Amino acid sequence: MELSKPSDAARRGAAVVSDITRRERDIAGGVVRVVLMGALVLALLVLVVLIVDVVTGGWSVLSSSLGDLLTGTLGSKPETSGLSQAIRGSFYIAVFVIIVAVPLGVAAAIYLEEYASNGRFARFIDINIRNLAGVPSVVYGILGLTIFVKMLGSITGPDSNGRSVISAGLTLSVLVLPIIIITSAEAIRAVPNGIREAGFGVGATRWEVVRSHVLPYAAPGILTGVVLSVARALGEAAPLILVGATTGFLTTGESYLPSSLQERFTALPIVISTWSGRPGVDWRSSTSAAIVVMLAIVLVANAGAILLRNHYEKKR
Amino acid sequence: MTVVDSPAPVSLQLSGRRARSERIARVLFLVAGLTSVLVSVLILWSLTREAWTFVSQVEAAALWTDGWFPRRGMYDIRTIVLGSFLITGIALLVAIPIGLSAAIYLSEYASPRLRRILKPVLEILAGIPSVVLGFFALTFISPEIVQRFSDADQFNMLAAGIAVGILVIPLVASVSEDAMRSVPNALREASYGLGARKISTTVRIVIPAAVSGLVAALIIAVSRAIGETMVVFVAAGATGGSLFSTNVLGPGQTMTAAIASQAAGTDQVVGEGLTFQSLFFVAMLLFIITLFLNLIADRFVRRVRQTY
Repeated sequence: MELSKPSDAARRGAAVVSDITRRERDIAGGVVRVVLMGALVLALLVLVVLIVDVVTGGWSVLSSSLGDLLTGTLGSKPETSGLSQAIRGSFYIAVFVIIVAVPLGVAAAIYLEEYASNGRFARFIDINIRNLAGVPSVVYGILGLTIFVKMLGSITGPDSNGRSVISAGLTLSVLVLPIIIITSAEAIRAVPNGIREAGFGVGATRWEVVRSHVLPYAAPGILTGVVLSVARALGEAAPLILVGATTGFLTTGESYLPSSLQERFTALPIVISTWSGRPGVDWRSSTSAAIVVMLAIVLVANAGAILLRNHYEKKR
Repeated sequence: MTVVDSPAPVSLQLSGRRARSERIARVLFLVAGLTSVLVSVLILWSLTREAWTFVSQVEAAALWTDGWFPRRGMYDIRTIVLGSFLITGIALLVAIPIGLSAAIYLSEYASPRLRRILKPVLEILAGIPSVVLGFFALTFISPEIVQRFSDADQFNMLAAGIAVGILVIPLVASVSEDAMRSVPNALREASYGLGARKISTTVRIVIPAAVSGLVAALIIAVSRAIGETMVVFVAAGATGGSLFSTNVLGPGQTMTAAIASQAAGTDQVVGEGLTFQSLFFVAMLLFIITLFLNLIADRFVRRVRQTY
């Protein structure tokens, strides 16, 4: 058997050292990194192009006649058509979501996280809610058409065949309910158990612990979910088409009085979808301007909610 | 010796008022939890009644015709199912590569600072209403991209599909990023310890470990793309009905848009005999498909959570 010479070992050692310390560029890795980042930049670029496209497209209307656009009513000519009825419809939809869906959703989340035992029943409700969140919005429109428009028409809108802002508000409340439940449940789950145990330790009941400790701690997370779901409801058009939003001409629908809630209605996304289909440059500018108005509301709400959440996440 | 009176025992029983409010709270929360079940029941009930009328009364010949023209009594379901699949396919071709790459970058490469800036922007993209993307598809994607490279119609399924894809990107990115970030760091460190580079670690360790979550992202993307209505309604044309066609450069209709366009702009859904009922049948089909997809996706998401 041949013995290795000390010089061999030294040579091998030097080779290993040079292998480890040699600074070799990882070209393939660098390329992959650039490609991955490119995909992300592309996604963000789409957002920028979209916003620039609608702002420049609607600039002629936004700069010269924004007042007319905001105060005018639906019509057949682009220069005289305005969004006042659509804004009123969208406003009331947001009100309905806040009054109906938010309390119901938060209460359901409290039940799931604080009261329900981890049994089969709670699991069933949980799966059910997750599925509801994935049901296409147009199917909720069918629900609204059957229940709120046809069955309860005499209550929701006796003079409008049930095609009222009440039906629209209730339909969209049902649509965002699962989203509110899921985000609120997540916020409640993030509350440290020590806070609950401290409450129980001094003899508080479950309701007292929830009211005075869990809800205040989870409030920022719940609020984020609420703002995101209101923004979602404001952007939904498909269910409103089925519930019977007016697309063409509307004589009523400017009054903010609660007594007008049974009248026919329209909303911002509905107007945008209708105007998109009309030919000509003027309609296109009006549509772009209407989109800018809606995006201003929806995106500011979204951005605010996201910042709020990140702010509180960092604090804890 | 004096006897010290021990203090009167404090009752651990709740006072009547507190016990009552606890009972009331419990019942109210239970009722709120049950409304979600009620919503599911109402959806099923409203769908099945009219859908059953359609199935029991429609003639089989009307279900296999040249196209989907419900107002003329032609209910060719193939046309709109194919439309939905075409739009979904195009959307996935856009959303999966971009969404997945963005997720890998955010989870494995981006510094925490960069991530804090980029992620919210992606979430804002998720908040854009679909009707806006429909308008964008019609006025930008169709003339500036699709028509530049082909002789497509102004209303075409390709532009609508791309827009649906854009809509789904944030969803794909966020679900797959969640999956990859839930892979424990110890696995990455073990890989680095063996001398692996970042790219090998990502491709051979992180992605296989997160594969259930990535499959879930794919399924959720399919489910969302099939359920998307307004983009197709605004940008793909064929609102009156559509011939059976596999040409993505021409107009077309999906299940969702077929429902919306029958109801749009009219006080009552009009048309021959079963037009109104056909809408419920299509919605039922849509509900079953998405329910099935959502259940599978939920199972995959759960698997990631159980593993780590």
